[in-house]
Formats: sequence, structure tokens, C-alpha cells
Amino acid sequence: MAGWPILSLTTFLPLVGAASILAIRGDAATVARNARNIALWTTLATFLLSLLLWAGFDPNVTGYQFEERADWIPAFNISYHMGIDGISLFFVLLTTFVTPLCILASWERIQHRVKEFMIAFLVFEAAMTGIFCALDFLLFYLFYEAVLLPMFIIIGVWGGPQRVPAALRFFLYTMAGSVFMLIALLVFYFNFGTTDIPVLIAQGHTLSSSTQIWLWLALAASFVIKIPVWPVHTWLPDAYAEAPGGAAALLAGVLLKVGGYIFLRFSIPMLPIGSEVLAPLVYALAVIALIYVSGVTVMITLAYGDLKKWVAYATLAHMGFGYIGMFTMTTQGLQGAVIVMLSYGLISVALFCCVGMLEERANTRDIARFSGVVETMPVFAFAMMVFMLASLGVPGTSGFVGEFLVLVGAYQASSWLALFAGTILVLGCIYFLWMYRLVVFEKAERADSSGLKDLNWREVAIVVPLVLVILWIGIYPDSFIHETTATVGDLINHYQTALAQAGSVAVALH
Amino acid sequence: MELAAVFPPLLGSIIAGFFGRWIGVRGAQIISCAGVVSAALTSAWLFNDVALQGHARTVEVFTWIKSGSFVAPWALRFDTLTVVMLIVVTFVSSCVHIYSIGYMEKDPHRPRFQSYLSLFTFAMLMLVTSDNFIQLFFGWEGVGLMSYLLINFWYHKASANDAAIKAFIQNRVGDLGFALGIFVVFYLFHAVDFGTVFAAVPGVAVQQIHFLGFEVNGLTLACLLLFMGAVAKSAQVGLHSWLIDAMEGPTPVSALIHAATMVTAGVFMVARLSPMFEFSPTASAVVTVFGATTAFVAATIGMTQFDIKRIIAYSTMSQLGYMMFACGVSAYNAAIFHLMTHGFFKALLFLSAGSVIHAMSDEQDIRKMGGLWKLIPVTYVALWIGSLALAGIPLFAGYFSKDMVLEAAYAAGTPVGTYAYWLGIITAGLTAFYSWRLLLLTFHGKPRADHHVMDHVHESPAVMLLPISFLAAGAVCVGFLAYSWFVGGDRVGFWHDAVLILPGHDSVAAVQHGAVPAWAENLPTMVALAGIVSAYLCYMVWTGLPGFFCRTFKPIHHFLYNHWYYDILVDRFIVEPSLALARGVWKLGNGTTLDGLGPRTLVAATQYVGQRAVRLQSGYVFHYAFAMVIGLVVLVSWFYVNG
Repeated sequence: MAGWPILSLTTFLPLVGAASILAIRGDAATVARNARNIALWTTLATFLLSLLLWAGFDPNVTGYQFEERADWIPAFNISYHMGIDGISLFFVLLTTFVTPLCILASWERIQHRVKEFMIAFLVFEAAMTGIFCALDFLLFYLFYEAVLLPMFIIIGVWGGPQRVPAALRFFLYTMAGSVFMLIALLVFYFNFGTTDIPVLIAQGHTLSSSTQIWLWLALAASFVIKIPVWPVHTWLPDAYAEAPGGAAALLAGVLLKVGGYIFLRFSIPMLPIGSEVLAPLVYALAVIALIYVSGVTVMITLAYGDLKKWVAYATLAHMGFGYIGMFTMTTQGLQGAVIVMLSYGLISVALFCCVGMLEERANTRDIARFSGVVETMPVFAFAMMVFMLASLGVPGTSGFVGEFLVLVGAYQASSWLALFAGTILVLGCIYFLWMYRLVVFEKAERADSSGLKDLNWREVAIVVPLVLVILWIGIYPDSFIHETTATVGDLINHYQTALAQAGSVAVALH
Repeated sequence: MELAAVFPPLLGSIIAGFFGRWIGVRGAQIISCAGVVSAALTSAWLFNDVALQGHARTVEVFTWIKSGSFVAPWALRFDTLTVVMLIVVTFVSSCVHIYSIGYMEKDPHRPRFQSYLSLFTFAMLMLVTSDNFIQLFFGWEGVGLMSYLLINFWYHKASANDAAIKAFIQNRVGDLGFALGIFVVFYLFHAVDFGTVFAAVPGVAVQQIHFLGFEVNGLTLACLLLFMGAVAKSAQVGLHSWLIDAMEGPTPVSALIHAATMVTAGVFMVARLSPMFEFSPTASAVVTVFGATTAFVAATIGMTQFDIKRIIAYSTMSQLGYMMFACGVSAYNAAIFHLMTHGFFKALLFLSAGSVIHAMSDEQDIRKMGGLWKLIPVTYVALWIGSLALAGIPLFAGYFSKDMVLEAAYAAGTPVGTYAYWLGIITAGLTAFYSWRLLLLTFHGKPRADHHVMDHVHESPAVMLLPISFLAAGAVCVGFLAYSWFVGGDRVGFWHDAVLILPGHDSVAAVQHGAVPAWAENLPTMVALAGIVSAYLCYMVWTGLPGFFCRTFKPIHHFLYNHWYYDILVDRFIVEPSLALARGVWKLGNGTTLDGLGPRTLVAATQYVGQRAVRLQSGYVFHYAFAMVIGLVVLVSWFYVNG
């Protein structure tokens, strides 16, 4: 098996599925049914394939595993280079794990142009996986841009009534960000004559401090939009609210994690001085985002607003945690950040799917139109409760492990940071408990909830894996944390050595 | 074998919760009861083995979180402190499980109820057996969560929802402090397991660290932050009001969670962390002051309330204050002793109160009771026993523990100890007074309920009376049976090194060596008797007297009746200003600066704010919590800028 290009297989298998969907002929119903099935089975096969990666992964080795390299544009010293380490492993697994669930979530919601929808979905998955496997900056950039297109189409074609402006906004904002990344890519290329990521990591720190800072900002500019960080987040609620349930889940669960991944893969190892100098900026933005977003979420709850928008903000509030964790450059902070991103990937998928289930039943997303859902949908209420508790970081769920480790790291960086970031412990439960109360508890008198049916088997198949994995990470996180140990240790070493060599910046970890 | 003390309730909970549909209500009840009862039997065995035979040990189950030097396994630590807590938790829990079969008879969600109770028990057991701060936090949040779910058990009631959310949020505020405390501990000790941390305490006792711009003693800071968690969990003044509202939950829940077990977790935590608190006199003094003040404040309010459960809730809060100040004066053993006796007699009081409520068709206002004693004699006797124990009348359980707590405070000889002693004495009198006020108003005099209710008054079924009798036996016996182990001559061999008391601090030893004069020893009993007599005079002889007092001292009565204006003050001085601020920030952020892309957005945002402004006046519980945090943030930012 060693000789097999597993990474490429995992990445491109969904495209094979997409191609075979393209080949389906027949009447509309047959096409729809076959398209759904092919998409589901392809993504499941991809998931199984990616499990091989986990099984074969050696946690004690630093550096990249399952590497593949082929000359691509030799004249420019650019190659097709794939590989994963302990951090990207889980981003790949997250992508392949949630995609089949999101396809299940779109099973009945999408009724027209099913074929095209599923193709877009599969292309999206391929590009996402590619992002996390690429070890060449140019290759990475291509995947990064490739993600945009299917998502733009999904929002624009299958979205809600306001889909066109939302899709445009999504596209424009993220395109604007990509420009900065392209500039950064060019600067790297002209400095080092290569776009190979391991080489850039090894040499990046030799850049002068000012170049590092500018490059750092250019990279950051692209992901702060995509992530998105306050105050350039305004495209997000609309895009989420308009996107069909499964796509919103994928957008929040996976695409949002790319930002964090880029910080870990590019900014921190390649630009250590820039990272060190600008870490306070990250902290400040993350904390502002956290408190501001919590505030908005509370307000949406109070106004009985749009449930999907609510979830968009609620999941956003936690994103800052990942960034805080990484920039503390402590073992706990970094490992916590990986777990946080994994965990919130799962939780946001779960929450968007839950909202989608309510929407499918009641044809509305207004909080005001639901109450006492627990009476008619106890299974749903239970699943939602687990997801809520995970979001609140209750111990025993995945949310706790990541959040707590990040806070431990944050405290070592600064007690202020830990205090401010810690307010999410309190803020989070205000809007979560209140929303849960309005929608799930109380008497079923305000709303259409009375006639709602509980989850069917398809929906149970969506929530059960999510519940299990969330509890697994919460109770035995070692299966995940352990895999990252070598990579994280290596990253910290590299970072500290680079800083020491640069010598110009006092290693001021407060 | 050790696992059998902790995991059966979890199993019971899972089976009752998920398979209730298949095994039926009766099956769920039997399974969940079997789970806790078997845990109780194992605990009894462990009590003998660990505390009496001296075989303290730790069982590691498997790795939990391991990140660099941050290592927290799932481990079960069994020492004397733990097994005492095991006894209290599993025995009271068993009683409550069985009692619930009768009490919840008409509820359609009985399997869910039993499942929650068992899951709570499991979380509590994880809390008391924890071997590191993280597992302690797991149990801590776990019991908080179950408390939320159980307060909210009747989820269709708006008041239950309010109370549950309030409980969760106030506890989360405390947990934020707890979490920060853990971070400080890790920063100081580079470890989070008790063994390593406790061993290293003497070495870092004087280390200064930076915290939020201040230079402070690291150990004291850690203790105080951790204590903040205890303040919320054990309803000490400042973060206490959730406990009173928590009475919205079913009565068995109040007995188990809000009297005997969960709320004592704060006391347990301070005792568990005695090796840290012992080296920080400042932190101990703060604990003492908090405890004594809480005891007094709660008792004064308890005198004026009319809801039978709320009166008992205030007495719980008051007794928690006693335990807390006992910890503060280094009488951890006396605190845990009182915790145990209190667990029995307070659970007894709540279950008896539940029996009264059951008999009175869910009436809880003691003004609408009266004349019940002949109708429900067993409950009547049980309530007498519980009250005698609570008041600390000789031979009953409370007498031994409460007197020891008070004497230890006296013997500590510190200013805060003296403060605690005198407030404790006053509180003892007030406690006796309101206990008999409750008894007399409920059971004596003319019936004040209408005849429909009175016709239905009936003694509870055996399944409820059995646990009550068991607890009653406990409330009579545990005091003199366990006195010698906990605080008497055998205490050294009993406690081993489960709690650390530095030689100069041992106030219980001072009591045993006669540091307390006879008058100070007898004063608590005298005051309690005086309280009973005055209650008798007020409510049986000169029944006009209470009304006269209320009219004469109207401002004082108002002040007490309205819970020292606590909620009102919080509302006025924290909630309203913070809300105005939050609203302003939100308007600025969303409406004009960031998304001012088009008039549409602006208009929508303005409407949004308008709608909200109306809603914001309504005083929902969670506004208050949100505002509390905003207030905190503002305060901290202000210090940051100016300091």
C-alpha cells in the first residue's frame, strides 16, 4: 500500500464521482435518485479512504507523511507536491467525514437540478481536501480558488429568496481576499525561487522583519475575509442564511477552518517574526469578535430572528478561539487550537443540519415560529442538546477539550487574554440556553411545532455519527491530540529557533 | 471494585434514559434505583476499607487530556474525604430515587426523571473522586448541567425555564473564576493533578505573579479564583440567588441537588484543596468572611418568607455558610462533619416538605396550611426530627456538628473567627425561630386551606415514607455515631492525610484541648432554645405579634422580605447601565459603521434596535446575566487603561 498515492486518490475520488454523475441519463426522477446515491457512496468511499491515512499515520514522526511529488512546471521550479502532517490529517478527515453527512442533509431539500447540485458538492469536496494536502503554494492557491466556484454556484442557484445578492457578496468579498494571497505568493516566489511549502518554511524566517510583517498582513487579509474575522464578516450571515442547509453546514464546518489552517501552515512557520509581532492584533480581533458576535447573537435571540443567521453568528463566536490558541505558541494552545477547529467544524455542521431539519418541517426559520419542539421531536431535542452542550464547552464534549486547552495556553501568554476569551463561558450560555428554551422548551402554543414529526432514519443517520464523535473527542481526546504531538512540538521548536536566530525580537511571551 | 462505586448510576441513567420506551416506567425506575443502591453498598464497603482500615488509593481509568505537561487522566481517588462524600451522595441519592417513585407518580416523564437523577449522581461521584483539577471541573460542570436540566424538568413552565437558565449562568460566572484558577495553578505548578500540586505548595507559597496588571501572591490568587467557583456552587452571598429560584424544580431534586449534595461541592472543594488554602491565610480569611456573612444573611431572609421550599432553601444557604467558615478557620474536618449531618437532615426536611406539598395538592405557601399534624402524622414527626437536628438540639445530628463548627470558629482566635462565631450564634437563634415558624404554621392552628384541599390531605405512600424514615434515623444517629471519627479522639486515624491542617491552625484540636470556655460552648444551644420558644410565643400564644413587628419595623421587614434588595440592586446598578452600553455598542457596530452599505440595512437595523429596546425593559433573567458580563468587561477594560 506504501506505493499508492493515497492522498491524490482521496482528493480526486470525488471528481470521479462527479464525472459519473455527469454521465447519468434518463428521466428526471431516475437522474435525481442516481445522482444522490452516487454522490453519497463516493463521499463515503472517500471517507473510508481517508481513514487509511489515519491508520497509517505515524504520530512519532515529524515532517510530512504520504508525500507525493511530481514535476509540474519544471521551468519555474513548481511541482505537484502533496503530503500531510499531524495537523492537516484532521482537517482532511473532518472534510471527508462531514461531506457525506451534508449530502444526506440535502437529500430531500434539493429537488430541482439535483445532478448539478451533487456535482458542485463533489467538486467542492475535492478542492477542500486538496487545500489541506497541498504542499506547494501554487497548488494550494489553485485549490483555494477552486473551492469558491462550486460554493458560489450552490448559493446562487439553490439558495433562498435573496440568494443572488448573497452569492455575489460572498464571491466579491472572498475574491478580494484572494488577490492579497496571490501577491504574497508572488513575493515568496521571487524571494526563494520556489513555491514548495517545506522549502518556504525552512527559509521563510530569513526574510527581513518588515517584509515578514507585510507578507503576514497580506496572507491574513485573505483569510480574515474568508474566516471571517470581525469587522469584515458582513457577507457571512447572508451567505449562510441563503445557502441551502447542507451547503451552509459545509461552508461553516469546513471552509471556515481553512483560515486557521493557513495560519498554521503559512503564517506561523514561514513568518515567525511577523507572527510574533502581530500576535496581539490577532488576540484583539479574536476577543472583539467573540464579544461582539455574542452580543449580536443575543440580540437575534431576543428579536426572535432568523435561526440560521443565529447559528451563523453562534458558530462564528467560537472561531476566535482557534486563532488565540495558535498564536500563544504553547503546546496546549496549539493542540487546543487543532481540537477547537475540529470540534467546531463538527458542531457547526451539526447545528446547521439541525436548523435545516426544522426548516424542512415548518418551512420557516423564525425563532418565533417554534416552541415546545421537545414534545413532538424528542430525538431531535436530545441531539440538539448535545450539540448545544458541546458549543458551551461542557466537559465530556469535544468543545471543552479544545476550549480549555486554548485557554490554558492563553493564560500563559497573558492573563487578560484568558479573562476576555473566558467570557465566552458565560456569554455563550446566554444565547444558547435562551434559544434552546424558546425553540425546544416551553409550551408548544406559540407556533407550528405541534404537527412536527420527529427525525426519520436519514436524519438519525446524520446526527448519530456527529453525537458519537463529539462525545469521543470529549471523553477520549487522546486519539486525536496524540497524533498532533510531534508536529506541534516541531512547529514550536522551529518557531522558537527562528526567532532566536532572528534575534531582533525579544522572545516576549509575557 | 472501586469502579462499582461510581459507574452503576451512569449505566442506570443510560438504560433508563434511552431504553425507557422498551423497559417501561417501572423498569426504568428499578434499574436506576438499582444503580444507585449498588453504588451505595459499594461506598459503604469503601468507607470501611479506606477510612477505617486506612487503605487510601487512586485508581486510574484511562488517559483523558494529555498535552505537554498538562496531564489529566480519568482517575478515581479514594481517601477519607472522598469516601465520606461517597456515603453522603449515594445514600441520600438512593433515598431520593426511591422517594421519587412515589412523588412523581403522576408525571408522564418518569423514566427521564430517574435517568437525570442517576446521571446527576454519577457527575457528583466523579466530582468527589477526582484526582485532578480537570476532572473536578468535569464533575463540577456536570452537576451544574444536571441541576439545570432538573430545575427545568417541567420545561413547559416559564418560571422553571427562567430559574434554570439563571442557575446555569450564575454558576458559569463562578466557573469562569474556577477555570481561571486552574490556569493560575497550571502556571504556578506546571501540573494539574492534586498530588504534584499539593506537594509543591510550600515551595511556591510566596511566589508573586502578574495578574491583570497587578502583582499578587500567586497561591492566594489561585485560591481566591477557585473559591469564586465555590461561591457560585455553594450559593454564598453574591452569587446566591439562583439557589432560591431553583426551588422551581421538583422537590426530590431540591432535596438531592439543592440541599444535600451539589451545593456542598464548594465546601468539598475547599476541603479538598486544604493543602493550598492552609498556606494562604488571606484566602482563608476571605472564605471565613464569606461563609459567616452568608449564614447570617440567609437566615434573616428565611425568617420572612412564606414558601415552604424557599424557607428551607434559605436555611440550606445559611448552613452552607457555616460549613464554609469552618473551612476558613481550618476546621475542615468539622466542616465535612457538618456537611454530612446536614446532608441527612436537610434531605429529610425537603422530602418531608415534599410530602406536605403532595398532601396539600401542590400548595407551597405556609400561610395557606395549618392544622395538618393529625392528618399526616409521619411527615409531622419527620419534620420535627429534621428541625431539631437543624436547630442543633442536643443528641440530634446537627448538635454535634454545628456546635463543633461554632466552637472551632471561637477557638481559632482570629478576628475573622470571632466575627464568624458571633454571626453564627445569631444565626443559630434565627434558624431555630424560622424552623419552628414553619412547623407551627404548617401543622398547627386552624386549617387555612379551603375544604377541597383539606379533604384530599393524605399521608404519603410507603415508598415515600420509607426513605423519609431512613433519613430521619440518620438525622438522629449520625451525629453521635460519627463524632469521634470526624472531630473527636479518633480523628487523626480517621482522616489520615486527606485534609491538611497546619499545626498552628488546628482549631478543632484547640476545642478538644479546652480552649473554649463553658459559656461559649453552651451558647448555641441556649440561643436555639430561645429561638424555639419565641417562635412558639409568636405563632401559638400571641399570634398578633408577628404582624405587629412587621408593621413597627416596616422598612426592615421590607428589606428582608425582598431578599436584601439583592436582585433590585443588581438590576439598577449593573444591568441597566450595562444594557445601555451594550445597546450602544451594538447599534454602533452593526447599524452604522460596518454594514452601512445601504439604506436598507440601516433601516432594518434601526427597527431591530427599536423592537429590542422594548424587550430590553422586561427584566428577563438573561439580560441580567449578559449585563453582568458586559459590566465585568467594562470594569476590566477600565482598570487596564488606567492601571
